[in-house]
Amino acid sequence: MTAPLIGARVQRKEDYRFLTGAGMYTDDVALPGQAYAAFVRSPHAHARIKKIALDQAKKSPAVLAVYTGADLAAAKVGGLPCGWLITDVNGQPMKEPPYPPLAQGKVRHVGERVAVVIAESLAQARDAAELIEVDYEVLPAVVDPVKAKGAPAIHEAAPDNACYVWALGDKAAVDGAFAKAAHVTKLDFVNNRLIPNAIEPRAANATYSRAEAGYTLYVASQNPHVERLLMTAFVLGLPENKVRVVAPDVGGGFGSKIYLYPEDVVVTWAAKQLNRPVKWTAERTESFVSDAHGRDHVTTAELALDRDGKFLALRVRTTANLGAYLSTFASCIPTILYATLLAGQYTTPLIYCEVTAVFTNTTPVDAYRGAGRPEATYVVERLVETAAREMKLDPAGIRRKNFIRQFPYQTPVALCYDTGNYEATLDAVMKMADVAGFKQRKEESLTKGKLRGLGYACYIEACGIAPSNVAGSLGARAGLFEAGEIRVHPTGTVTVFTGSHSHGQGHETTFAQVVADRLGLPIENVDIVHGDTSKVLFGMGTYGSRSIAVGGTAIVKALDKIVAKGRKIAAHLLEAAEADIEYDRGVFKVAGTDKQKTFGEVAFAAYVPHNYPLDKLEPGLNENAFYDPANFTFPAGSYVCEVEVDRDTGATQIVAFTAVDDFGKIINPMIVEGQVHGGLAQGIGQALTEGCRYDSTGQLVTGSFSDYAIPRAGDVPLFKLDTRETPCTHNPLGVKGCGEAGAIGAPAAVMNAITDALGVKDLPMPATAQTVWRSMHKAA
Amino acid sequence: MSVKVSMKVNGKPVAADLEARTLLVTFIREHLRLTGTHVGCDTAQCGACTVLMNGKAIKSCSIVAMQAEGADILTIEGVAKPDGTLHPMQAAFKENHGLQCGFCTPGMVMNALDFAKSHPDPTEEEVRDSLEGNLCRCTGYHNIVKSIMAGARAMAGKP
Repeated sequence: MTAPLIGARVQRKEDYRFLTGAGMYTDDVALPGQAYAAFVRSPHAHARIKKIALDQAKKSPAVLAVYTGADLAAAKVGGLPCGWLITDVNGQPMKEPPYPPLAQGKVRHVGERVAVVIAESLAQARDAAELIEVDYEVLPAVVDPVKAKGAPAIHEAAPDNACYVWALGDKAAVDGAFAKAAHVTKLDFVNNRLIPNAIEPRAANATYSRAEAGYTLYVASQNPHVERLLMTAFVLGLPENKVRVVAPDVGGGFGSKIYLYPEDVVVTWAAKQLNRPVKWTAERTESFVSDAHGRDHVTTAELALDRDGKFLALRVRTTANLGAYLSTFASCIPTILYATLLAGQYTTPLIYCEVTAVFTNTTPVDAYRGAGRPEATYVVERLVETAAREMKLDPAGIRRKNFIRQFPYQTPVALCYDTGNYEATLDAVMKMADVAGFKQRKEESLTKGKLRGLGYACYIEACGIAPSNVAGSLGARAGLFEAGEIRVHPTGTVTVFTGSHSHGQGHETTFAQVVADRLGLPIENVDIVHGDTSKVLFGMGTYGSRSIAVGGTAIVKALDKIVAKGRKIAAHLLEAAEADIEYDRGVFKVAGTDKQKTFGEVAFAAYVPHNYPLDKLEPGLNENAFYDPANFTFPAGSYVCEVEVDRDTGATQIVAFTAVDDFGKIINPMIVEGQVHGGLAQGIGQALTEGCRYDSTGQLVTGSFSDYAIPRAGDVPLFKLDTRETPCTHNPLGVKGCGEAGAIGAPAAVMNAITDALGVKDLPMPATAQTVWRSMHKAA
Repeated sequence: MSVKVSMKVNGKPVAADLEARTLLVTFIREHLRLTGTHVGCDTAQCGACTVLMNGKAIKSCSIVAMQAEGADILTIEGVAKPDGTLHPMQAAFKENHGLQCGFCTPGMVMNALDFAKSHPDPTEEEVRDSLEGNLCRCTGYHNIVKSIMAGARAMAGKP
């Protein structure tokens, strides 16, 4: 008998190896005879390649090979595919220009790969790469998405640089509501481009076995099965059964490691050409210019209200920067994961959103923690707070007036929320943050020369992406289920295989808690395996806060099958009817008697079937399950941020941040709190410190940690957290997901607080000291 | 140009002939195969490569191996007891959930070991200041700060 594990603060199983240096990240993998790759990257944002001189590099010591786009084209290596087809307002498919792994004739962003050198050592590869001379004809570049449409074409396939113009909602009805509104609040803003910067740089190490005629790729990925599928079926034309992809310990992802990247393809292809393992690890500068970036929206948003502050309609126009090429899921982020979230927590009856997605001469943009949902929350929550100020209404009160209270709730932007209790999280956060005492704190700050401000954000997110048939109808080119397998060993210990991937989330602990709790086994007897296509039957990977809601449910479904088979075996061993067998915390019992068999005894009988119903049952105790969710899950919460702005310097300090989230049922509160802390820090980073900058020629000005400020320990406070629990109605664990919440809610809360402190309508992110100081002096 | 270097790493004498430009971190990771010391930025900002050199926390990506000639180097692999029992600072990180993906963790722990020697009962602000050169993208630093405060007290024998 064991104590309940679901809901317990269990310390993490994975920590010991990370704390003792025994983790195994991709760059730690050393394959016998491995060679090293160095990529030559474009220094120009837009240029025609006139000539590439390779001779010096080829003659450089210990160089094994030098390849360019021409070599890949000759070998019929394909371009990188996009996983989501968006259909534009005219019913036409989005423009999908080719995305070659190595440039073909033209480069379209700084950092694009032009050639690769493979040598015996990394230093030799880098030395030789510097000897490659590329003759470029520099072309005019465009970095600003709003100017993309009139700029010189980046791709032949998209002459006006537009990938698509897409819309959701009833425009005529929305325009009609605006015409009759008592008040309209309008904001124009930029949702700033972010560079993910997981602390582990991307890396890949590929090997080819002539004996097996197969490849193994070790890669820092959130998504090994999808990486394999895309690479084999669409790029290299290989049979999937001949390619094993292993994503071992991965040092953070935040979206940037979901995608298939050119480097992964090149090292895999080269490993066979050279019959040698080929390894590549990004330098941080390469991460800055080649990992997919996030956000980068330019938006005009308007909210129509009646005289009492009731929301009548929302109208949003966004230009989304996709960068130079379509990254794996780029197209669905500013559409399906953005516009559908614009109802937020409110009953706004009419919503119209129009999105123009454009190519520019910048690094490709794709999902970054939150992916579309932070942008949507920023639109809604900045508008709501601004409307309250303009109409002299209490910002909490205007939210309450518009909260959705009846569930299920069909929004006007396609989603149907199954459950929620927004009043509960707002009540709790206001109490915890002592909103009532704010006025006094503001006066105290003023005596120290500080302007104090308070801002709210009430966010919603859609997690656990999502029913495959719905996703398919919206353009997804993949299913969005998850797979799980439970392998019970003869002695009753358990190995769980999951298609989710852990790169910091602690699945090895959380999933083991679920399994050990449900089976009534000690958690030590349960191990989780993930990240290896040769071990895990299939998987759609980890992103969009989907692991517990989708991956966890697949595991529960497999567990149910294990228990069902165990009951049959126990019935035979106990000479009872199957209907009379109950399973309770590790023991199969005949109801109402003391006759019982332990889980271990039943497992042993399954593998040593000397006394076993062989006429009715197969031996063994191993089950798998695929789970395709009935709906998204809808975590929600309320955040309150309090800032102090220094009147002399403009420096903003977050003096308190309080977050109350509703993630449904929580498996491990300690891990969930950690996820919220991390998300909040990234959201605060977007609001205060992280400003990606390109100059007008397309040079990335913020290409190192000196220039691009991810938050340091001194930039964030200790957070105050709590949760409320409204279980998800359509999965057996009642779970919703928690990984992105902080990054979704924080930017609006911070900016609402700073604008409150300064008494200004709007301020661009990141609100650095300089930005704030300028705003104060302009206002004065 | 090749040079001979010798030093002690985790208490064991080691020696090698290296290209003169070999960084200490490369020597530790590639030659000694002690891969717990990580490289996160190449520019001495993230602190994932932090090791102790003669007891002081240094960034092993910013010196060449021959600068450590004769030095006593401690990496994350040498911190726990030989029987595998975690050092109080490591234990504090585990108990306080001070790590998520684990990539910055060895550098955080090594830096904290040096810091704690002079700060047996640090304040939150002192700990945050001490992390100026160590970046984490997962934890929001909240639980790292708590871990180091608890670990420093444990090292000083305080409850």
